[in-house]
Amino acid sequence: MAEIHNYTINFGPQHPAAHGVLRLILELDGEVVQRADPHVGLLHRATEKLAESKPYNQSIGYMDRLDYVSMMCNEHGYVLAMEKLLGITPPVRAQYIRVMFDEITRILNHLLWLGAHALDVGAMTVFLYCFREREDLLDCYEAVSGARMHATYYRPGGVYRDLPNKMPQYQSSRWHNQAAITQLNDNRQGSLLDFIADFAQRFPKLVDEYETLLTDNRIWKQRTVGIGVVTPERAKALGFTGPMLRGSGIAWDLRKKQPYEVYDQLDFDIPIGTQGDCYDRYLVRVEEMRQSNRIIQQCIEWLRQHPGPVLLDNHKIVPPSRVEMKGDMESLIHHFKLFTEGFCIPEGEAYAAVEHPKGEFGVYLISDGANKPYRLKVRPPGFAHLAALDEMVRGHMLADVVTILSSQDIVFGEIDR
Amino acid sequence: MMTDLFTLLIIIAKILVILVPVLLSVAYLTYAERKVIGYMQARVGPNRVGFLGLGQPIADALKLLFKEMIIPSASNPVLFLFAPILAIAPALAAWAVIPFADGWVLANVNAGVLYLLAITSLGVYSILISGWASNSKYAFFGAMRSAAQVLSYEIAMGFAIVVVLMAADSANLMEIVQHQSGGFWHWYWLPLLPIFVVYFISGVAETNRHPFDMAEGESEIVAGFHVEYSGMAFACFFLGEYANIILICAVVTTFFFGGWLSPFQGIPLLGNLLAFVPGVIWFVLKTWFFMFVFLWIRATFPRYRYDQIMRLGWKILIPITILWIVVVGLAIEMRIPPWFT
Repeated sequence: MAEIHNYTINFGPQHPAAHGVLRLILELDGEVVQRADPHVGLLHRATEKLAESKPYNQSIGYMDRLDYVSMMCNEHGYVLAMEKLLGITPPVRAQYIRVMFDEITRILNHLLWLGAHALDVGAMTVFLYCFREREDLLDCYEAVSGARMHATYYRPGGVYRDLPNKMPQYQSSRWHNQAAITQLNDNRQGSLLDFIADFAQRFPKLVDEYETLLTDNRIWKQRTVGIGVVTPERAKALGFTGPMLRGSGIAWDLRKKQPYEVYDQLDFDIPIGTQGDCYDRYLVRVEEMRQSNRIIQQCIEWLRQHPGPVLLDNHKIVPPSRVEMKGDMESLIHHFKLFTEGFCIPEGEAYAAVEHPKGEFGVYLISDGANKPYRLKVRPPGFAHLAALDEMVRGHMLADVVTILSSQDIVFGEIDR
Repeated sequence: MMTDLFTLLIIIAKILVILVPVLLSVAYLTYAERKVIGYMQARVGPNRVGFLGLGQPIADALKLLFKEMIIPSASNPVLFLFAPILAIAPALAAWAVIPFADGWVLANVNAGVLYLLAITSLGVYSILISGWASNSKYAFFGAMRSAAQVLSYEIAMGFAIVVVLMAADSANLMEIVQHQSGGFWHWYWLPLLPIFVVYFISGVAETNRHPFDMAEGESEIVAGFHVEYSGMAFACFFLGEYANIILICAVVTTFFFGGWLSPFQGIPLLGNLLAFVPGVIWFVLKTWFFMFVFLWIRATFPRYRYDQIMRLGWKILIPITILWIVVVGLAIEMRIPPWFT
C-alpha cells in the first residue's frame, strides 16, 4: 500500500494574502494545517546597519520605511530614543502634535488593517470604504510634511514645522468638473486643524458603517470567532504586544502604563478582548480607532488654544531658521555643521518604546559619542506575532491561515527591516 | 433533402438569435458587475474606454484574445485544453430549453427541467478536469473543494427542482410558467418561498460566486482551478461563469417568478394598461433583477469557509427542501388556491 504523505504547499511570497513577502510553508492534512513554517527576510534592507553609517538625523527617513503603514509612529520611537540620550524634551505643542499624528497614524494603520483583513476574509467592500478615509488622513500627512507616506516629520526636539494654516486643494480635470471640485474642496477651506476636526467629527459614523458590514454579519462571525485563539498566558509568553495582547484580555498599553509625551493628560480608554480570537482582535482594533479619534479631538482642542514653538531653540541639535542664517554667522555655522556632520550624542545607551498601532515598537540605541549610532536595534512588534503563527494556525483550515495571518496585522517592512 | 437543409438552417439561425444576445449579455454583465460594485464601493468603475466605459468588455476580450495561452509543461495538455471548452459549452447549451416568451423556445421538450439539470451539472467537470490537468497544487485544491461543494449543492438543487415539478405537475418549462399565470401573487415564489431561497443560494454556490467562491478562493488559493490558465482559455472559464449566472437567473425567473408573465396580470387597471408589453421584456427585466442581486451579494458578504459551506448545504438547505416537499405535497392534496387548484 502506498504511503500517505501530508500535502505541502508553498504559500507566498507571491500570494495575494501574504501581506507583502511572507513565504509560508504549509503542511496540510487535507485542508487542515499541521505545521506552518514562516520564512522571513525577503524584504531585508539592512536598516539597522545603514543607520550606523549615517548621522543620527539622517536615519529618521529610514524609520518611515520600516512599518510603511504607520510611518510617523516609527519615527516617534527613534526620535524618542535620541531625545532620551540627548536629555532634551520638545515643547509641549510639539508633543501634542506628535500625539495627534500618532493617533492619525493609528487610524491609518487600523483602517488598512481592517480593509485588508476583510478582503482576506472575502468582504471586498470594506477595503474600499477604508481607503476612502485613509485618503483624507494621508492628505493630513501631505499637508504637514509634503509626503503622503514617508513623512520624516518628527525631529529630535520637536517636529519639523508647525501645522499649516491652509490645506492643499483639488483642481479640476477632464474627469472632475468645477462643481465636483468645489464639493471636494468644501472641507479644505480652513486650516489643517479644521480639516482634521471635520474628519474626527465624521469618523465615528464611518466606523459604524464598517461595523454594519462586519460585526454582526453571520459569515464574518463564523469566519473569525474561535479562530486563532491565544490564551492570556501564551500571549504574554510569546511576547505579544498591542492589539494582539489586548485581544487576549490583557490591558497593557504603553500609552497608559508608561506614558510618553502628553498621553497622561488625555482621556481615553484601552479596549480589551475576552476570548483572544480573531473576532476579539477585530473588535479591539475597531474600538481603538474610536478611541484614537477621541484623542485627536482633544489634541485639536488644545492645539487651537495654545500656539507656540514646535521645535527647541537649541541650535546644537535643531537647525536654525533660514531667516536667522542670512544675518547671523553663528546660525550659518550651526546650519553647516548640522547638515554636514549632524550632531553628536553623548556616550550611553537608551531604549525608547512607543505604543505603535501594531504593538510595542522599541528602539535601542547605543552611542559611543560620535555623530552616528554605534548600534541601533529596532524591536518590531510584528516579529513576535509572526513567530507565533505556527502555534496559532495549527489545527485550523487553509482559509483560516489567511484570517489569522491578517488578524496579526503583519507588515514586512518592520519584520524584515 | 432541401427541406432538411432548410430546417437545419432555421435551427442554426434560432441558435444564433439566442446565443448572440446571451454572449453580449455576458460581456456586459462583466461591465455591469464592475459598475454596480463600483458604485456600491464608493468608486466609479470603468469609465475610460468609450462612452461611459462601454467599450471596456470589448477591450478586455481583445486583450485576452491576443495573450499567449500558456500550457504548463507538467500539465496534461489535452485535458488542460478540454476543460475550458467544457466550462463554456454546457453554459450555452442549457439555453435551448429556456422560454423567453410564450412560445419563444428553441426546444420545447417535455423533460426540459431534466435536461437543464443534466447540462448544468456537466459544468463541474470542467473545474475538476482543469484542477487535475493543471498539475498545480493550488488548482488541485480548487478542484477538490469544488467537487465537495457541487456534490452537496446539487442535492439541494435537485430537491428544490422536485418541488417545482410537483407544484407545476410538469417538467416542461413552458408549462411551468403557464401554471403560474394570474399575476404576481400567483407565481411560485410565495408558496415555495423556502425553496426559492434554497434554489437561489444553491445557484450562487453552483456558479462559484461570492460568498461561495472557495473553488476560486482568491485570498486563499489565489484563483483555484484556473490559476494556470491564461488568454482565451481563461476567458472561456470566465465566460462560462457569467453565462451560468445569467442562466441561473433566467431559471429562477422561470421557476419562481412567472417567466415572461406580467406581474400586473389580473390587477384591474394596471393589468390592461401594461398588457401590450411583450413577455420577453418582463422576462429580461426579472432576470436583470436577479443578476443585480448576484452582484449585490458579492459586494456585501465575506467568504464562507469550505467546511461551513458543507454545513450550510447538508444541515440547512437539504432538510428544508425535504420538509417542503412534504408541505407542498399536502398543499397539492388539499388543493390550496390559487396555486394548487
